[in-house]
Amino acid sequence: MSILDSKIPEGPLAEKWSKHKAAIKVVSPANKRKLEIIVVGTGLGGASAAASLAELGYKVKAFCYQDSPRRAHSIAAQGGINAAKNYQNDNDSVYRLFYDTIKGGDYRAREANVYRLAEVSPNIIDQCVAQGVPFGREYGGLLDNRSFGGVLVSRTFYARGQTGQQLLIGAYQALNRQISKGAVEMYNRHEMLDLVKIDGKARGIIARDLVSGEIKRFGAHAVVVATGGYGNVFFLSTNAMGSNGSAAWQCYKRGAFMSNPCFVQIHPTCIPVHGDQQSKLTLMSESLRNDGRVWVPKKKEDAVKLQKGEIGPNDIPDEDRDFYLERRYPSYGNLVPRDVASRAAKERCDAGFGVNSEGKAVFLDFKYSIDRLGKNVIAQRYGNLFQMYEKITDVDPYTEPMMIYPAIHYSMGGTWVDYNLMTTVPGLYSIGEANFSDHGANRLGASALMQGLADGYFVLPYTIGDYLADEIMTPMADTNAPEFAEVEKDVKDRIEKLYNIKGSKPVDYFHKKLGQVMWDYVGMARNAEGLQKAIDMIKEIREEFWKDVRIPGELDNLNPELEKAGRVADFFDIGELMARDALDRNESCGGHFREESATEEGEAKRNDEKFTYVSCWEYKGEGVEPDMHKEDLVFENVKLTQRSYK
Amino acid sequence: MADKILKKLKIKVWRQKNAKSKGKFETYTIENISTGSSFLEMMDILNFQLIEEGIDPIAFDHDCREGICGTCSLYINGRPHGPDTEVTTCQLHMRKFKDGETIVIEPWRARAFPVIKDLVVDRTAFEKILQAGGFVSVNTGGVPDANTIPIPKDDAEESMDAAACIGCGACVAACKNSSAMLFVSAKVSHLAKLPQGKVEAASRAKNMVSKMDELGFGGCTNTQACEAECPKSISITNIARLNREYLKARISE
Repeated sequence: MSILDSKIPEGPLAEKWSKHKAAIKVVSPANKRKLEIIVVGTGLGGASAAASLAELGYKVKAFCYQDSPRRAHSIAAQGGINAAKNYQNDNDSVYRLFYDTIKGGDYRAREANVYRLAEVSPNIIDQCVAQGVPFGREYGGLLDNRSFGGVLVSRTFYARGQTGQQLLIGAYQALNRQISKGAVEMYNRHEMLDLVKIDGKARGIIARDLVSGEIKRFGAHAVVVATGGYGNVFFLSTNAMGSNGSAAWQCYKRGAFMSNPCFVQIHPTCIPVHGDQQSKLTLMSESLRNDGRVWVPKKKEDAVKLQKGEIGPNDIPDEDRDFYLERRYPSYGNLVPRDVASRAAKERCDAGFGVNSEGKAVFLDFKYSIDRLGKNVIAQRYGNLFQMYEKITDVDPYTEPMMIYPAIHYSMGGTWVDYNLMTTVPGLYSIGEANFSDHGANRLGASALMQGLADGYFVLPYTIGDYLADEIMTPMADTNAPEFAEVEKDVKDRIEKLYNIKGSKPVDYFHKKLGQVMWDYVGMARNAEGLQKAIDMIKEIREEFWKDVRIPGELDNLNPELEKAGRVADFFDIGELMARDALDRNESCGGHFREESATEEGEAKRNDEKFTYVSCWEYKGEGVEPDMHKEDLVFENVKLTQRSYK
Repeated sequence: MADKILKKLKIKVWRQKNAKSKGKFETYTIENISTGSSFLEMMDILNFQLIEEGIDPIAFDHDCREGICGTCSLYINGRPHGPDTEVTTCQLHMRKFKDGETIVIEPWRARAFPVIKDLVVDRTAFEKILQAGGFVSVNTGGVPDANTIPIPKDDAEESMDAAACIGCGACVAACKNSSAMLFVSAKVSHLAKLPQGKVEAASRAKNMVSKMDELGFGGCTNTQACEAECPKSISITNIARLNREYLKARISE
């Protein structure tokens, strides 16, 4: 039996959220003014939560490490946001969005959470339009939709290839409005470094002012972590350079369980790695697979010639092209989910059919759509993405196919939360990518934006009241309390320890080494031997890091190397836990592929009998192996089947 | 195009310890950079080298490295975001430079954007301008269905053109008056073009312009440098729209 109470409401699936809302407590307006909430991170989840909570009357303090909330990495999401509006009359519904998400996640997410996500999705689009988000429209003036991977309907709303940017600007505008009213105190260029608990409850954070270097204490009645994912553990990923897992990791060390850390998403369409000077990978939106066809040569000799640069893609006639997604998955074709598309690309490249000099790329070709629709239509749909591709690669995708390859993109795993989005630490909440709850083992395209805004606008503002209603008599947190002093000392000791190593190598040296281990052994294909090896290697690199890292600059000044060092120090621990979790889960599901568990055709093979659970890791101290608890997943509404996109 | 190697480059860069100290240029040499590398990857390599040599690395702002977050902000060889069009610094690639070249890197220079360290500037002034009115006054919940008001496609597209602003500040850095008119006009146009934002269009323009003036940005003298250097091609016709909304607000006073 699980020791975890997920607080999933009783009753039929479609009524759970309504019943729950009716049952939970509400805080009166007069009392809301007396309650303070800290929100860490200002992406779609954090910005929408901070604004909505402030509108309700709570006193909010919001934090971001960037120089403005608008720069959070939600801004980089390109393709779109899903919502069950059924505007296209193609038989979409809340149930269908729920079902697609559960199936897309390979049956490793909670039914109740996912259903709620689908249920509130239409409200998100209404809200965004009211804020002035300029979604793409039809000539009649109504909203347009496109399709995304893993679904058979058109339910994705978009703003050119900049949907994340426009949604974040909408949330940022709402946040700015609350800042101007004094309802939100905004702390830019501040990084949360630890969580403070009093009497077992989350009561504040310790943050570093990144400009002055000052370590500061902030108190509240509740803390919301909306700090995104930990994909940068791989060094090369589509995450922003500053994206990190540290805030969530500090929460883990203070008692919040981490769930399914091995579930990371590898996005099939990124610009391939070139050489060894690269520090960042760029995503090409999944929406491109609406109009682009993925292929490699049928003949190995053509592939070899491409790799040597002797011929170009346009020299290969149609009949010698292997549209392998259309071949293997006729019903979904180029729009199979991300995990399936990524593995298929890897399979072709491993077999020697890769098309760039490293043999690690496949083509994404728009020739056929341009012939069918004309260049203008394609330019209108994807113009900015094509321009971005050309600036990076110096190749014009209107005349030559794009080269793409999978890259680390998103963390489905994260902090464990109950139905109210509260972690195992009372008063500590986790929303958006930072939590584990909605995407199972694989996230469908255009669902990250949906989840961030669902949590921030429509879920947390209700559920947090249920906890805070019992806190109305609790006074403001006293930041002079010994609990604050103690955690602040821990933070300062750790910074000084890092700074005083004064070794010989920059942080990036160690981060790259860690990333390589993660990609080789905890990446697209995993096995027991490799995972064990990764755990041992991470330990070695971590030991070297703590002996030989060199952090230049001063502690009391802007110091990007110091910031990086703190984040990378946590990435070692996160990476180790990911490997441990992947080792435990001896089945393949979604983005987690164990070579020991595959079908004859090489597809992921789940083991529902043994692994229909959420792994929940509990921190047991430095250098001590963590405990694993299991939250059993119960499916009352969908039948578990082997996922097929054929 | 196959990548080549730039054997040697000189990097002349602005070094300034903090907001209070005086800055100066320092020159460093860097070798063997692939033309396929991005400009900021070159900076990463240079910093790696500096750290190994025991020199404080160069501080610069950057984050998404995909040209969308608006964080990066380098003034390269006399141009905001360097010698390419419609790109941010992070999308600039080394194929735009020649072997043996000296590359000069400075921070944004504007009174309203004080230097924090080296190439990092404080753009809080942009935050304050947006807080003065760059929003639609709606709360979460209680809004009508998204398709209640049809919006002509052209209006939505024009709104999107303006909404593409990433708030990087290149327009201010490019302007000899350090004017923020393109930035302000982009937000005013984005919202004024949509029925949802139209309601407050005039007051929004007035409030944002007076905040801009208060924060020490200069006036617009129509040199069009902002448009030429904007990585997102924000058009100066937005400034005309801002002037119109501003005038409306003043007349109705």
